[in-house]
Amino acid sequence: MNLHGIKKITLAASIILASGLPGTIATATSSATLLNVSYDPTRELYQSENAVFASYWQKKSGQTVVINQSHGGSGKQARAVIDGLEADVVTLGLAYDIDAIADSKLLDPNWQKRLANNSTPYTSTIVFVVRKGNPKKINNWDDLVKPGISVITPNPKTSGGARWNYLAAWGYKQKQTGSADQAKTFVKALYKNVPVLDTGARGSTLSFAQRGLGDVLIAWENEAHLILKEFGSDKYEIVSPSESILAEPPVAIVDKNVTKHGTRKLAEAYLNFLYTPQAQDIIAANFYRPRNLASLKKYAANFPKIKLFTLNEVLGNWRTVQKTHFNDGGVFDQIYIH
Amino acid sequence: MALFQRKRHNILPGFGLSMGYTVFYLSAIVIVPLSMIFFNTIPMGWDPFVNAVTTPRVLASYKLSFSTALFAAVFDAFAGLLTAWVLVRYRFPGKELLDALVDLPFALPTAVAGICFATLYSPIGWLGQILMPLNLQIINSPTGIVIALIFIGFPFVVRTIQPVLEEVEQEIEEAAQCLGATRWQTFRKILLPHLFPALLTGVTLAFARGIGEYGSVIFIAGNLPMKTEIAPLMIMSKLDQFDYAGASAVALVLLCISFSMLLVLNAVQDWQQKEYRS
Repeated sequence: MNLHGIKKITLAASIILASGLPGTIATATSSATLLNVSYDPTRELYQSENAVFASYWQKKSGQTVVINQSHGGSGKQARAVIDGLEADVVTLGLAYDIDAIADSKLLDPNWQKRLANNSTPYTSTIVFVVRKGNPKKINNWDDLVKPGISVITPNPKTSGGARWNYLAAWGYKQKQTGSADQAKTFVKALYKNVPVLDTGARGSTLSFAQRGLGDVLIAWENEAHLILKEFGSDKYEIVSPSESILAEPPVAIVDKNVTKHGTRKLAEAYLNFLYTPQAQDIIAANFYRPRNLASLKKYAANFPKIKLFTLNEVLGNWRTVQKTHFNDGGVFDQIYIH
Repeated sequence: MALFQRKRHNILPGFGLSMGYTVFYLSAIVIVPLSMIFFNTIPMGWDPFVNAVTTPRVLASYKLSFSTALFAAVFDAFAGLLTAWVLVRYRFPGKELLDALVDLPFALPTAVAGICFATLYSPIGWLGQILMPLNLQIINSPTGIVIALIFIGFPFVVRTIQPVLEEVEQEIEEAAQCLGATRWQTFRKILLPHLFPALLTGVTLAFARGIGEYGSVIFIAGNLPMKTEIAPLMIMSKLDQFDYAGASAVALVLLCISFSMLLVLNAVQDWQQKEYRS
């Protein structure tokens, strides 16, 4: 409600500005707000980005900008936007969630072509976190299906990150053997070793790090670094598999909402800003893989070399993948029902 | 018609007005929101509806939710009766504190309870450390779910029995003893019939609450398909697939089963009360 009130004031302010009072004092006090609806692990990233963008925008346009953030599971966030949360921009965990928003006519169905790199200014990948010293000798995907290994990963039905985990395992095996059947058998064996399916990525992190469950956690690369920072690098270490998936969390402007708020220009500037070298450095410092090669080089120590494959290479686009693998009766259901 | 005519002789005036208010509030607070589930499900059509609510995973989750809620409610019946007895019949220092503790599961956000249990029974938790080596798996098993539901349902039983037990005149029990009844007979023939309707209400409330409980269970259940997925989680996971209709369908079935169970239990209670009075 509060947010709504602020927005109304902002809207009123921008209407006064737009109605053409050139040279008035309005520019000195003008301000705008933007709501960025994002997924769980980006909290820290966007806190840094928003501060830098605000000063960049102030210099460029003289306008003070306040960026509000909302975080939660990627699918839940998409649903909140569909159900009326007036996000100006969405920065979610996977393209399918933004497709769902597009399906409800809030934004252009071709949204992913509007910005560079499939509208993903940063990428990440899926790695393992193990207990210090790697007592169970887990070095690659094949080690996860060995008997007696307990694997922690969230539920792909309720978590976007979990879907990337599942697809990384699937893609690794399919590329290795060239067979989807073997990939299915592999993934089935892997989930046999999973004692708990938390509903979100943060939930799995807590199960693994705080409750001491499991021998290995499958996680976003950036989340893995956060675990080391939060729970101690003396207790956990990151293991990078030989090959993993290139996870592409995309960003988009929600057309209907920016038109309503009169924030299109600002929203466009905000998303384009994410591609600038300055923003890309922040991205790399937060352990997301930057698109900008100079930034990648500068932070090379953060990113061990992993052979990365895209979702399209192994399984096709998100809509197909969601339908065949994660919807009810899909492959994920089949591996649990004999 | 006959029914309404009889009501006219009611000594308490204002039946029309108060009934109107009751219907209005019930509609605004309960019926209208819940009817949304129904209206969300209608566009689905019959066959997709049946398919959505009879997949093996959904069926397994219904079974799990109802059975764990029932176990927990039955356990609460015993534990709650005992606690209410102690709180009503004995005087001891710290009684007020104990009395207040009973309500804590009401006040606590259920997620907090869930996290507490998950931490307690985790392999490195206080109890988990002891139980895990004995091969007693609590966390990520139906047992864990039952434990969480016992916690959530407990105050319902205590708080419904307590006022009734306070009203029971101890003289009746004394009279029974004087007439040669054994302790068990006094309990079985005198006390229990009196308490039974309240006990049943408490158990029903605990049971109904247990079926729908999400927050506290989700952290300790493990959420494995076919094994430890509760019905409310199925609803959540359908929503996460943007399958609003499917989620409503599962919810509708849950609602219908719960409602008919509550109806049956209420009928049993009415019958029992009449039996007791006559």
